[in-house]
Amino acid sequence: MAMSYPDPFHALFQFQQALDAFRTSGWLGSGPSGSGAYPPLNVFRKGDDIVVITEVPGIRKADLEIQVKGNTIRIAGGKTVQYGDTAALHRRERLAGRFDRAITVPVEIDADHVKAECRDGILALYLPRAERDKPKSITVG
Amino acid sequence: MARSQALEVQEKKELVSKEEKTVPARYYVPTTDIFETDDALTVVMEIPGVERQALEVNIENDVLRVDARIDFSKYEELEPLYTEYNVGHFTRSFTLSNNIDQQQISAQLDDGVLTLTLKKAKEAVPRRIAIN
Repeated sequence: MAMSYPDPFHALFQFQQALDAFRTSGWLGSGPSGSGAYPPLNVFRKGDDIVVITEVPGIRKADLEIQVKGNTIRIAGGKTVQYGDTAALHRRERLAGRFDRAITVPVEIDADHVKAECRDGILALYLPRAERDKPKSITVG
Repeated sequence: MARSQALEVQEKKELVSKEEKTVPARYYVPTTDIFETDDALTVVMEIPGVERQALEVNIENDVLRVDARIDFSKYEELEPLYTEYNVGHFTRSFTLSNNIDQQQISAQLDDGVLTLTLKKAKEAVPRRIAIN
């Protein structure tokens, strides 16, 4: 049976690597609102394209504003939480307010073909990679 | 006032359960508002990403339990590049007091927000008595 002994420096190196990767990563680093802003984002890759998914429960489509310029996407909007005037509050955890977040993706995107979908409190942005930014394969002659 | 307030990210709270699950999925506690009016108790829960058919609301032994499941198949062909939040099912339960009419509970799901309206039982509705 193969046994591996723990290397005391492994964890340290791993931590350092993660930190470096985070610092040198182009992801959302230079944007005006980096990590920690609302709404929280997950960024995925689907083939050549980028998919940005975010959770926006309780925000109506009409209250969302999405703009694309260059490779920066701005997601802005507002959320209201309403109780009736006569209601007595027992528990209050949901937050309301305005938000405005801009993210810059490190690839060129085709702004004309960006698609936004909002369903069940999930906003998904499909950002197709610009044709001129795609890698060309060159056959060796 | 509260109108211009900026929205903050709320860290998702993972469920700490006494019972163990047989499937290795994550469960989160949905953020919930509860308020009471003269004739009903309203429970509002945020369950983003849950579809109508994946939602289960039941009452057993005066415990109202909401189970909301995420369809992970949507994430299958996506390769994560950068993540700020985790995705998982939602579950939360509340013990109801006996002044709720358990036959009259209505549920509505809009934009990832579940609203449960629990009508109060007849005898629990405050009655105004006119004084002569």
